[in-house]
Amino acid sequence: MATTPPLLAAGARPRAARPAPRRGTPMPWLRPGLILGALVPLAAMIVGTVRGTLGANPIAEVINELGLIALVFLIAGLACSPLRWAFGWTWPIRLRRDLGLLAFFYALLHFLVYVVLDQGVDLGIIVEDVVQRPFITVGFLALLLMVPLAWTSTSGWVRRLGYQTWTRLHQLVYVAGILAVIHFLWRVKIDISQPMLYATILGALLLARVAFWLRGRQMRKA
Amino acid sequence: MQSQRDLPPEPPSSEITPESAFMGRRDFLKNGLLTAGTAALVGSSLLWLAGMKPPPDAPEPPPVAQGTGTGAAPAAGQQPAAGGQPATGGPPSAVAAGPPTAPSTRGPYDTDEALTSYQSVTTYNNFYEFGLDKGDPAQNAHTLVTRPWTIAVEGEVAKPQTIDIDTLLGWFTPEDRVYRMRCVEAWSMVIPWLGFPLADLIKRLEPTSNAKYVEFLTLNDPKQMPGVRRPVLKWPYVEGLRMDEAMHPLTLMTVGVYGRQLPNQMGAPLRLVVPWKYGFKNAKSIVTIRFTQEQPKTSWALAASNEYGFYANVNPEVDHPRWSQASERRIGEVGRRKTLPFNGYAESVAELYAGMDPRKLY
Repeated sequence: MATTPPLLAAGARPRAARPAPRRGTPMPWLRPGLILGALVPLAAMIVGTVRGTLGANPIAEVINELGLIALVFLIAGLACSPLRWAFGWTWPIRLRRDLGLLAFFYALLHFLVYVVLDQGVDLGIIVEDVVQRPFITVGFLALLLMVPLAWTSTSGWVRRLGYQTWTRLHQLVYVAGILAVIHFLWRVKIDISQPMLYATILGALLLARVAFWLRGRQMRKA
Repeated sequence: MQSQRDLPPEPPSSEITPESAFMGRRDFLKNGLLTAGTAALVGSSLLWLAGMKPPPDAPEPPPVAQGTGTGAAPAAGQQPAAGGQPATGGPPSAVAAGPPTAPSTRGPYDTDEALTSYQSVTTYNNFYEFGLDKGDPAQNAHTLVTRPWTIAVEGEVAKPQTIDIDTLLGWFTPEDRVYRMRCVEAWSMVIPWLGFPLADLIKRLEPTSNAKYVEFLTLNDPKQMPGVRRPVLKWPYVEGLRMDEAMHPLTLMTVGVYGRQLPNQMGAPLRLVVPWKYGFKNAKSIVTIRFTQEQPKTSWALAASNEYGFYANVNPEVDHPRWSQASERRIGEVGRRKTLPFNGYAESVAELYAGMDPRKLY
């Protein structure tokens, strides 16, 4: 999400009986609500750790939960544009940057808990894991790809890069999403129903983009 | 149209809340509620998606295994455990209530490492017949009916038969065995089992000289086991051992844990424990024991033969294709510890595999 165009141009404020919105942003509760809600699982994990209610293997539990939530945010961010095309909603677009940053935040925590708590910062083991185990390789690549996206997520970077370049760069999120789903799929022991569900949703969201591009090209040709 | 006279007198203008403040307060309240509502919706959806729920409570410990202690005293002299082990803690006391008890003495096969808690041992289980999450068996296994229960003995035996579980348990005096348990998923526990050597049972069942392997089948009943309604693995769950592995004194038929009857989620009423192999070899809730000439087709080997072999000996040098087996997390500890060859039982069992390529023994 780059900049939010004002919904009502200055001076166009209608003199209706119903008072016009007095503030620039419609639904001002949306972003704080999302961010507060997004922190609930993290708070639950911290409380669970302190109270010792995360079960017999809390480190494995926390790693799995952090990774899954990162994937949920990544896919939610990829759903914003298709929702606008399908229903004309603009509010998801206003949440897109937050969703992407939340995905990165949880993915980073997921990785840090693996590095620090699970492997005890044993770099030899970690490098071996990243290089030798395909499911860790793809997960690590997904995280790496998200670093430049999080870094250039500000409006300042959109200006600096130019909208076109910035957009092209941020299309890397498609690759990150695919790698993240593969990471999940290759990780599970035997029952792939859950990763397949996320793979299906991701596939549908990417297909929607292909369909949108194709239609745009046809319309330009016509 | 109403005239001014019909209305009550207006309050003095000093008491009227300015419009902006009035609207502001209403907005503030409205936005606060909507923010909280959105946060609650987002937060609870995430908790639900990530499957975040508190782990199940440890079960009320059931009384000590049947066939021991109470009532019909185990026939001590009548059925000497041929070549059997000394019962390290003696017959466990048959207390019906009270906390689970750890064995007080340590026998030659016992580890002296700290025991994993009863809570963890009974609520962190892989028993896919009751669900795929580690907490599912403790939650769902109450539907398992362990009495009456029979065990079919088939295949290369002198006389095939079906034995009632209480008859079978009456043949033996369970002894305490404190074993390490290493899961193929790179976590481990130390568990005080209660059981008898499988060798003693096999001797009574009289397999023929054709018997090269022994196969164990777990109950496969969708009415009692919600997990078998989905074809995650090939049901019934099949495990197996080579005869010499089965006859090894470490190999235990377990009926209890922590001095109590085995809770359903751990494989009641009869479960195999082979401490030098990955945990999935430990067939649970056994209904069939079959002696065969051919190597049994075990469920996990059928599901992914490159990941889970027939032997499944714990080996830190043969990685699972997707993770290292060099180390493990002992449940209850934060750091990892090095995994030992044959899970630390190499001295007792390595000779069974002399001449075999250890890298093929996963």
